[in-house]
Parts: sequence; C-alpha cells; structure tokens
Amino acid sequence: MYAQMIKSTGQGVKSLDEMEPDERAFQERINAGGKIEPKDWMPEGYRKNLIRQIGQHAHSEIVGQLPEGNWITRAPTLERKAILLAKVQDEAGHGLYLYCAAETLGVTRDDLTRDLLSGKMKYSSIFNYPTLTWADMGAVGWLVDGAAIMNQVPLQRTSYGPYARAMVRICKEESFHQRQGFDIMMKMANGTEAQRKMAQDALNRFWGPALMMFGPSDADSVHSAQSMAWKIKMNSNDELRQKFVDQTAPQAEYLGLTIPDKTCKLNAETGHYDFAQPDWDEFFDVLRGNGPCNTERLEARNKAWDDGRWVREGLLAHAAKKRSAKLAAE
Amino acid sequence: MNTPLFEFLCRMGDNTLVLGHRVSEWCGVAPVLEEDIALANTALDLIGQTQLWLGMAGEVEGKGRDADKLAFHRDVWDFRNALLCEQPNGDFGQTMMRQFLFDTWHLIMLKALADSSNDQIAAIAEKSVKEVTYHQERSADTVIGLGDGTEESHMRMQRALDKLWPFVGELFIGDDVDDAMVEQGIAPDPAALRTRFDNQLDAALAEATLTKPADDFAHKGGKTGARHTEHLGHMLTQMQWLQRAYPDASW
Repeated sequence: MYAQMIKSTGQGVKSLDEMEPDERAFQERINAGGKIEPKDWMPEGYRKNLIRQIGQHAHSEIVGQLPEGNWITRAPTLERKAILLAKVQDEAGHGLYLYCAAETLGVTRDDLTRDLLSGKMKYSSIFNYPTLTWADMGAVGWLVDGAAIMNQVPLQRTSYGPYARAMVRICKEESFHQRQGFDIMMKMANGTEAQRKMAQDALNRFWGPALMMFGPSDADSVHSAQSMAWKIKMNSNDELRQKFVDQTAPQAEYLGLTIPDKTCKLNAETGHYDFAQPDWDEFFDVLRGNGPCNTERLEARNKAWDDGRWVREGLLAHAAKKRSAKLAAE
Repeated sequence: MNTPLFEFLCRMGDNTLVLGHRVSEWCGVAPVLEEDIALANTALDLIGQTQLWLGMAGEVEGKGRDADKLAFHRDVWDFRNALLCEQPNGDFGQTMMRQFLFDTWHLIMLKALADSSNDQIAAIAEKSVKEVTYHQERSADTVIGLGDGTEESHMRMQRALDKLWPFVGELFIGDDVDDAMVEQGIAPDPAALRTRFDNQLDAALAEATLTKPADDFAHKGGKTGARHTEHLGHMLTQMQWLQRAYPDASW
C-alpha cells in the first residue's frame, strides 16, 4: 500500500440518522455502490482525507523512482535495462494521474509538491530503504509492487470516481511490474551461487519493510473506520497483510528462498499462513525520518526541484511570449 | 564477415546505447514530472534501437556475439559512438541541447537509411524514424522554449551550444567504412547530410534566439574508436559492472 497512517476526521463514523440531508444522501449513494464525482457535494473531511491519501500515493510513485533509478545505469542486460526504464516511466505516469485525480479535489500539483519537499506530506515508508544489489530490483517488483497491488486492486472500486479510474489503469501496469520482479527473482534464485545469495539477501532485507507497507493494525482506528465507511479504504491493514503473506509465502517456497521469519508456516486450522509482526519501532523510526534513506530521498527530490527551477521558469516565460505574440497578431 | 558493415552497425548501435545510457541517468530527477516521463521514454526507445543495431552487428560478425555481448563486454577502444553521445549530461539544458543536435542528425540519417539496399537496415530505420521524429520534435521545442525563455535559460542554452558544438562536426566526417557503405547502397555519405542538418538547425536556433558558434572546429575519434573522451570509460565501468563482475551468470 502506498498510503499509510492516513488521518481522517478522527470523530468516529456517524449513523445515517445523525447526518444532515446532504451528507445522508452522499453516504447513501456510497452505500449503494455509487461514485462521487468532483462536482458533487462531499463532506469536507472526505475531501481532505482523499487529498492526503491520493497525494501520499502520488508522492510514493515519484519518490519510488529513486531506488529503482539507482539500478537503471547498472542493469545487467539491454532487455533488463529497457524493462526497468519502462517500469520507472510507468511510475512517473502513475504519479501524474494521481496528481490529476487530487487536483479534482481543489489542490494543485505544486501545492502537493511543496508539501512533499518540506517533509509535511509523507510517501510510503518502503522507499526509504536502499537497493543494494540487482536482486533488489527483483524484490522490489515482487514484494513492494505485490504489496501495493493488494491495496490497489480493491481501490478500483473506491467511491471517488477519478481515483477509482486512475487505479484501474495503474493496476494493469502494476501487475506487469510485479511479474517482471518475480521473473528477476526466478533468474537469480536459479542462477549462480552468488546470484542465489543476492536473492536471499534481498528477501531478508525487504520482507519486514514490505509487511510494514500495510501500516500497523488498524482494527481499532477511528480514522480507518471512517475511511472504510466512505469506501476510500476497502480492507483493514491486517486483512491485506494476511492476504499478502498467503500469496507470497508459497512463491518464496517455489523460488527456493527462505522467508526470514521462522514462524511463517501454513496453519492447517485457519488455512492461512501464520507470521510474525514486523518491527513496528523501526516503522515509526522511518516515519519520523530516521529510515536508512530518508535524508537522501528528500535531498534528491529537493535538488531536482531546485535545479529544475530555471527550466520551469524558462518554459513558462516562453509560453507567455508566444501567447502575447499570438494575441498581438489577432 | 563484412567488416565495414559490422563497423557501421556498431556506430549506429553504440550511438543509441551510449546516448540512451546518458539519458537514463536522469531517472527521477528531471525538472518536472512530464520531463521524467519523456526522458525515460527517449532512453527506452534508444535502448530498444540498440538491441536491433547491435543484434544485427552480432549476426553480421558471425562470431556468436549478441547485442548484450557487444554492449557489456567491449572496452572503450571498441566503441564506435560519436563523441557527442558520450558527453556528460551537465544541466538539463546541456542534456537537451545534446539531444537536439543528435536527434536532428539521427532523423536525417534514419530517413536516408529507410531507403537502404539492405532490407534489415531499412526495416530498423523505418521503425526508428517513428520514434526519433518524436524525439526531435520534443528536443527542438525544448531548445526553442529555453533559448527564448528567461535571461538565465537563454544564457544556459547558449553555453550548452558553445560547449557541444565542437562535437557536431564528427557526425558528418566520412571514412573508408562510409565509402564502402555508399558503394553498396547501404548508407548515405555523411557529408551529404550536412546541408539539411544546417538548414534545420539554423531555423530552430533562430527561433531559440541562439547563435551558432562561428568556429567549425570538430573533435573526432569517437566513430572510428581512435580517441574517445575520458567520459566513456567511466560510463562503461558503471554500465558493464555486473556483467564483468559475474561473467558466468545469466540475468
């Protein structure tokens, strides 16, 4: 999931009877599976919550280019380089659709960018981990995109129309990303001894952070309850995490790799895999800015933005000159 | 084995490989999101074209080397790209000026190659023309926009042009390989492309309010492999590292 710890109104979910007529009609429409569109009436809390969620998702796509970009120039074959370039290009594209979806709620992309660069808005904790070997490109596709898909597939049915539609396109591309990641892992896991070692090391390092992507248990969270009532969150964090482990554990077995959790086993009674919780202290450290790469990631984004200022200003100035020349000619 | 043909194919493929690599260095740090997408797209097209050119070079050579073997297991002196392609990215203006100068030549070259007597070359050129037409439109628009933008953007674009101009002439200098290609009807005489290049360049630079340097001095040695710049070696250490460090692995 690319959105974590999204705050809602914090006031708990109102019953239909407690709502004013506008809000009641809005909620009934959502309950009936209808879509909310940009010009429709919506509660202020719904709008703000969605801006935070979609914005965080968009920022994650943008910052997420960096750990993979780290390996584009070292990709081991032309085909791998092309696939990775295509993937990173898709991610920038996802960022673009999501910023557009957020703009329908009355913010601008520049507002959101400012909040990312100042550290006010977050991006997914996962992108604060380093990519250290080529196998990490496999692990990121397999585990990180795999975890993202768990959340994004249900979001195709989310109540906000522009978000749901962006998610349809994003999901198609994400499943290609996950497959290419698994394909890299297969090649590595079935390769030389050094490659197998890289694959296992990547799984060791990314397993916990991938589980953290879903966020801590939100069984008792008022924010999550409100988001679920509004259908901008479709499943609980624990449900999605379990689904992810159930899907991923047999894949690790197929690869001949060992999940770095001795308790991770199929439970015959529940039909699900048991697993240990990731290190939540580490998660909160990363959120507070103390992950292995927080500083580099934000510095890289700020540098790109600052270095690009003259380009943005230059192109705007040129566009303004052309507009005035056109007006003068008319 | 047809040596001049192999050389010629390496020149085409190394241009796209080396420039594609340079452009890919921008991943995630472009001035705006749309540029991130466009740069990745350009790099992707160039790497795709590399697979075709170097793949064919390997077939022509007949020694069992495929495109990857050529890309990742040759040293600097075996590379046949024009020096322009290996120049560092510099700022965004320098990257886009390099792209514009290369794209303008590349498109003219590919259009000529679409009429090659060699069907496979004609087919690769035809496919590439579609992609490079877009590259050239975009790089020309960007050079014009930034040249005729603010005082700062104009200054930066003029500086980029002045810096890169000595690497343009090499694209039009012919040698024995080119003579053999002309003789077989495979590729045009490089010098014959110059007028069209100059016309297109002059038109764009005028719109961009940029001044072409008066001195036509040209560095050379990239396309023959005689003397690359120091930059290429560093690029290869990064690009080829995994293949070289783990030669028995497949990826």
